[in-house]
Amino acid sequence: MAHKSRMHAGESRRSAVFVLPMALLAVTLVALPLIYVLGTSLVETGQSFSFGAAFTLDNYRRLLRADYLLVFWESLKLAFLTTLLSFVIGYPFAYCMARAGKRWKSLLMMLVIIPFWTSALVRIYGWKILLQANGPINAVLRGLGLIEKNIKFLGSYGSVLLAMVYCMISFMILPCHSSIDKLDVTLVEAARDLGSKPWRAFLDVTLPLTMPGILAGCVLVFVPSVGIFYLADIMGGGLVLVGNLIRDQLLKVRDWNTGSAMSMVLIFITAGIYLLYRRSGGDDLGVF
Amino acid sequence: MEEVLLSLRHIFKNFGEGDVLSDVSLDVHKGEFVTLLGASGCGKTTTLRIVSGLETPDTGEVILNGQSMTDWPPEKRPVNTVFQSYALFPHMNVEKNVAYGLKVRGVDKKTQAARVKEMLELVQMSEYAKRMPAQLSGGQRQRIAIARALAPQPQLLLLDEPLGALDLQLRRQMQIELKRLQKKLGITFIYITHDQEEAINMSDRIAVMRGGRFEQLGTPEEIYDHPATRYVAQFIGRSTLLTGTVQSMNGPLAVIKNENGRFTVDSAHAALTAGERCEVCVRTERMRASCTPVEGFDLPATVRETRYAGGSVLIYTVLADGTEVVAEGATRMCDAPQAGDRVYMHWNPAQAAVIGGTSHGA
Amino acid sequence: MTGKKKRRLFSPIYLTLVLIVLYLPILMVVIYSFNSGRTIGAWQGFTTGWYTRLFGNTLMADALKNSLILALLSAGLAGVIGTLGAIGLAHGHMRGSGFIESLATLPMMIPELVLGMAYLALFTAVGVKLGMGALIATHTTFCVPYVFINVKSRLVGMDPAIEEAARDLGASPMRVLRDITLPLIMPSVISGMMLAVAMSLDDVVISFFVTSAETTTLPLKVYTGLRSGGTPEINALSTLMLVAIFTCVAVSQLLTARSKANLDSSR
Repeated sequence: MAHKSRMHAGESRRSAVFVLPMALLAVTLVALPLIYVLGTSLVETGQSFSFGAAFTLDNYRRLLRADYLLVFWESLKLAFLTTLLSFVIGYPFAYCMARAGKRWKSLLMMLVIIPFWTSALVRIYGWKILLQANGPINAVLRGLGLIEKNIKFLGSYGSVLLAMVYCMISFMILPCHSSIDKLDVTLVEAARDLGSKPWRAFLDVTLPLTMPGILAGCVLVFVPSVGIFYLADIMGGGLVLVGNLIRDQLLKVRDWNTGSAMSMVLIFITAGIYLLYRRSGGDDLGVF
Repeated sequence: MEEVLLSLRHIFKNFGEGDVLSDVSLDVHKGEFVTLLGASGCGKTTTLRIVSGLETPDTGEVILNGQSMTDWPPEKRPVNTVFQSYALFPHMNVEKNVAYGLKVRGVDKKTQAARVKEMLELVQMSEYAKRMPAQLSGGQRQRIAIARALAPQPQLLLLDEPLGALDLQLRRQMQIELKRLQKKLGITFIYITHDQEEAINMSDRIAVMRGGRFEQLGTPEEIYDHPATRYVAQFIGRSTLLTGTVQSMNGPLAVIKNENGRFTVDSAHAALTAGERCEVCVRTERMRASCTPVEGFDLPATVRETRYAGGSVLIYTVLADGTEVVAEGATRMCDAPQAGDRVYMHWNPAQAAVIGGTSHGA
Repeated sequence: MTGKKKRRLFSPIYLTLVLIVLYLPILMVVIYSFNSGRTIGAWQGFTTGWYTRLFGNTLMADALKNSLILALLSAGLAGVIGTLGAIGLAHGHMRGSGFIESLATLPMMIPELVLGMAYLALFTAVGVKLGMGALIATHTTFCVPYVFINVKSRLVGMDPAIEEAARDLGASPMRVLRDITLPLIMPSVISGMMLAVAMSLDDVVISFFVTSAETTTLPLKVYTGLRSGGTPEINALSTLMLVAIFTCVAVSQLLTARSKANLDSSR
């Protein structure tokens, strides 16, 4: 029986005091800055936000320029491809992990989680070393006699996509693993018992039942992928993504109003995906 | 009558989705073993939590030793609880768990140690003093939870389905031990269970709860022999319920008639008059099926099936209108009637109960 | 039966392959920090010279000092604020508690870049001086969710009867907090703080916006170094950061696993 524990007036006062610092922090350093960005995006170029200012949607209208739209399109495309590849590679990994022996499972978990928390910057740098013209991969390929001349990997779309998938795949593996792990194996066995071939049982039972994990993984990969900004810089190739665009608006063009409008669009995209996800019955994503 | 230790007066409690408790009143005497019995969601745990102070009633009073403690927080009440999940502190060893109630009350170290030793001896767990809760079995944790709750010498011990998580055998053994412990210490127990057998075996008095009210409050015997409501009759033991109209009174015996026939019941506990509608409860083990009609009864039935039930035979029959009646019969299968046989149902009129008959306030 | 056998073979091979790909780049960074060549280019022999150089570099020492102070202070602050918040919100009867929770954990959801620029814009507008103070405030903000979520999930998973039992045995609410709640959530608090240290030691984007010319941090050094192509010195620096972050995350993981085991087996 679930019982709400009773709250004396004193106890709820205590709760309020405990929450106060976090609430203050959330208001001053989360809500306020975002409201400020929203405000800046709504005033004329060159003006800073104040309550008396004349509001305008010009900054958003300016975003409809073809080259800006192309950048947004490229970012969404890259995020989509990253999500797709992360799923294709990550789901089987999560599946194997969940079906591994108990002793291995916790070790595997640890091995997946550690890179997840380490600097994306440093990890991409590792790829840069691996892929550089006179780097280890080219050396190995040459040694095997597969190639004559060093291949220029860096700067290609493929190398950017590789780095993206590499950075994001943990976000796919972890939620998929937890939903595959929770899946009752006897359900699959029941399907087999009723005459399903293995792949049929997978499509009819495993896949639909682990859909919550897959959806969570897709959201967790897609959302940060849209906004990532230094990755394409480091891998080279001059691919311009929304992140780079915003940074350039702020630091090169020094047009804060347009930059803010771009940021708000990014937030709207993020919020839209998240709402869509929650609407379709997704779980809270604050699970790590 | 012994001294009243605890009184609940007209307790109402509502969590926002209808009343969880409505007008619960109860007097518990010193040294008594009172059980709250009911299905889950009937309000028994809430009643207990109101006594312990973990919940406050919306209206009503909780009185201990004549003093109202309705507004006292749980830490001020001389009442301790054995939780269903045991709720041992996982970061403290057995000794520290048992000592905790003494420690927070500022009892000196020496007294604490002596009392802990005494408590652990009482529950036969002395050699486990240094173990952590995670290293104990369910039954052992149970004992520690009891020792911990008893250590501060509460005037009243509350037990919330304390044996719920144990397997049947351990459960039976703990029932006996708990009862023995309660007698030995003379402490008043309020005990919660949904197991009617457990309630009947252990209690001095049972309160059968349903939908936030007491359906019946009485000794196990009263509740078993004279259920006050249909619900109590069905919840406790196996029985058959028959409705009918009183045809005539023959001294204390009432002759009742319905579409299935005629039967007799002792109405000493219920003042029946001719022409009245009433409901009669007959326990399965007191229901008989004979091959020939019996004086005072005319309840013909058809045997559907007989089944050996270890030591006796259960005879499943159907009355004229299709009502199913189970009777306990001969001790051997070969003596029992066969499927399809015509039998006549009867019982000792003194052993049947008119539902709603008085057993209140006893 | 052959299908089963195939899977038994496929599974470890696939797991190993992905893990190799996952760790190979990290390993590369470490290996190349011992490369004696002046650029990250081809391997030219083993040296520990870059580490010696790193330790001799006062600018690096400064960055290291800044990063450590920043990480420890913001993780500490986040530890206190997040833990108190989790205790206050765990039983969620308070009005507006859902709103505060969403707001406080929002930094995990929105792109860092947006948050960074928002800070820069706001701080410039209000006249907050950029530098260490601003770094600590912003790092604390994005570290709070890690502590908060960790501690809250522990509190929610805890049998409420444990705290009630302490009240029942005579402990006042504050005493329960001290004797029961805090010791039981401590592993989650520490593991959350470890993650916070790792996040702070890792952060480039937000630091990039709110730092001043005088205060640089290790990840910023790595970032600028990488944009200009990378040097073995940057590898050495990255390796040191990796070691620090690995340690924090591993400790955090171990604590979580242990406290989970403890809680499960006492049920």
